[in-house]
Amino acid sequence: MAVITVTINDELVSGRTGQSLLELVRERGIDLPTLCHLDGLEERGGCRLCMVEVGATNRLAAACVTPAQEGMVIYTHSERLVRYRRMILELLFAERNHVCAVCVMNGRCELQREAYTIGMDHVRYDYLTPDLPMDASHERFVIDHNRCILCTRCVRVCDSVEGAHTWDVMGRGVNCRVITDLHQPWGSSRSCTSCGKCVQVCPTGALHAKGSSVAEMVKHHDFLQWILDGREKKQWATRNGDPVEGGR
Amino acid sequence: MTQSKSENPKKTAGGKKGQGSTQKVRLATVWLGGCSGCHMSFLDLDERLIDLAAAVDLVYSPIADVKTFPEDVDVVLVEGAVANVDHLELAEQLRERSKIVVSFGDCAVTGNVTSLRNKIPVDDLLTKVYHEGPGAVPRGGETDKVVPALIPRVLPLHQVIPVDAFIPGCPPDPERIWTAVSALLAGEPVVLEDRMRKFG
Ligand code: SF4
Ligand code: SF4
Ligand code: SF4
Ligand code: FES
Repeated sequence: MAVITVTINDELVSGRTGQSLLELVRERGIDLPTLCHLDGLEERGGCRLCMVEVGATNRLAAACVTPAQEGMVIYTHSERLVRYRRMILELLFAERNHVCAVCVMNGRCELQREAYTIGMDHVRYDYLTPDLPMDASHERFVIDHNRCILCTRCVRVCDSVEGAHTWDVMGRGVNCRVITDLHQPWGSSRSCTSCGKCVQVCPTGALHAKGSSVAEMVKHHDFLQWILDGREKKQWATRNGDPVEGGR
Repeated sequence: MTQSKSENPKKTAGGKKGQGSTQKVRLATVWLGGCSGCHMSFLDLDERLIDLAAAVDLVYSPIADVKTFPEDVDVVLVEGAVANVDHLELAEQLRERSKIVVSFGDCAVTGNVTSLRNKIPVDDLLTKVYHEGPGAVPRGGETDKVVPALIPRVLPLHQVIPVDAFIPGCPPDPERIWTAVSALLAGEPVVLEDRMRKFG
């Protein structure tokens, strides 16, 4: 891995080839908002919250799927970027039915957090209020399409970490929907192992444990790095916080 | 999709009014389609209400016995979404008669719980709740002229009239309300820190 030099917000920083702009930016302690990205999952580049301005022309690029390259000049928080990010968040709120006051993830939701962090205090677009279903046929979990932002974290974790590939995406544009087993009720799915990984990585209240009420749902992501470290590096345990090879 | 009318205007309340000068800020609070929780939270300002009372004249409010929305209001806090024809009328009236209109709480800001009915056509909704719901079926099938007719879709306030400031929250906690209200009384724009902008 060669060392490269990139200019971030007028400051020269060094990185390594093979790094994404997002990794490099976050290494510098700069807080770039993301929704579809989750450490440990392959990137999707779908939400566009992480976009940065690149080069003299200020071309927009999603930092999570753009490799850092020698000599790049990027800006992470220009007035234009903040304006666009706020528009993206407002559009996400307008597209489905987000009523935080009665949502299982109220107070812990990543969408909600990104919204107030960026300064969104109201939505300037007309709410579409689509008529969307919930599927509560699974014995332990529920999918509420009203809260889904189509980040596909569930699709990716189920496929690449659990290996079940229960989830997929159907439809186009505003009619997009995540589906289980080619659009069968989740409860009748024969591929789902009920591991719950999709529920844990979902950034919003869309996937939640059955029986959870307003603001009750708590999600954990740390299992992901654990599993991946075990699988890829054969690190199965930690001692005093440090990884232990082979788990001894 | 259309952009709403409000584009973050930087208006301020009656300048130095209430700050040593004899004229107090004319404050109104309005209750549209909400549960009154925002007003309850307002009352939770507790002893700060005493400071507030010294700085304002409460010229219209569900907690004051005033029948019509007065002229020359400096600041009006509006709780609730616009859900029926009376709300529409009052919203337009209060806009005309006030300098600063504040969307007060999630129902005013987003439609929130009040707007959960938007997926259901109004007729079906009334049938479901009043004709097929529990208890005696109301007499007659004709429209009741006393109860204001519901509008087809519940709207956030800023989609009906231009709004100058937003206080999210269901309800907004007293700290948010105090931060916003003290800024307005001081003639400054409302700036809430990030946690104070959280919906829900
Ligand atoms: S998913 Fe998040 S943003 Fe949507 S209603 Fe729930 S808490 Fe609010
Ligand atoms: S519970 Fe596990 S197997 Fe089932 S859909 Fe979710 S991630 Fe896939
Ligand atoms: S269900 Fe959750 S994880 Fe899956 S796409 Fe929707 S928001 Fe993302
Ligand atoms: S985090 Fe990069 S596009 Fe979603």
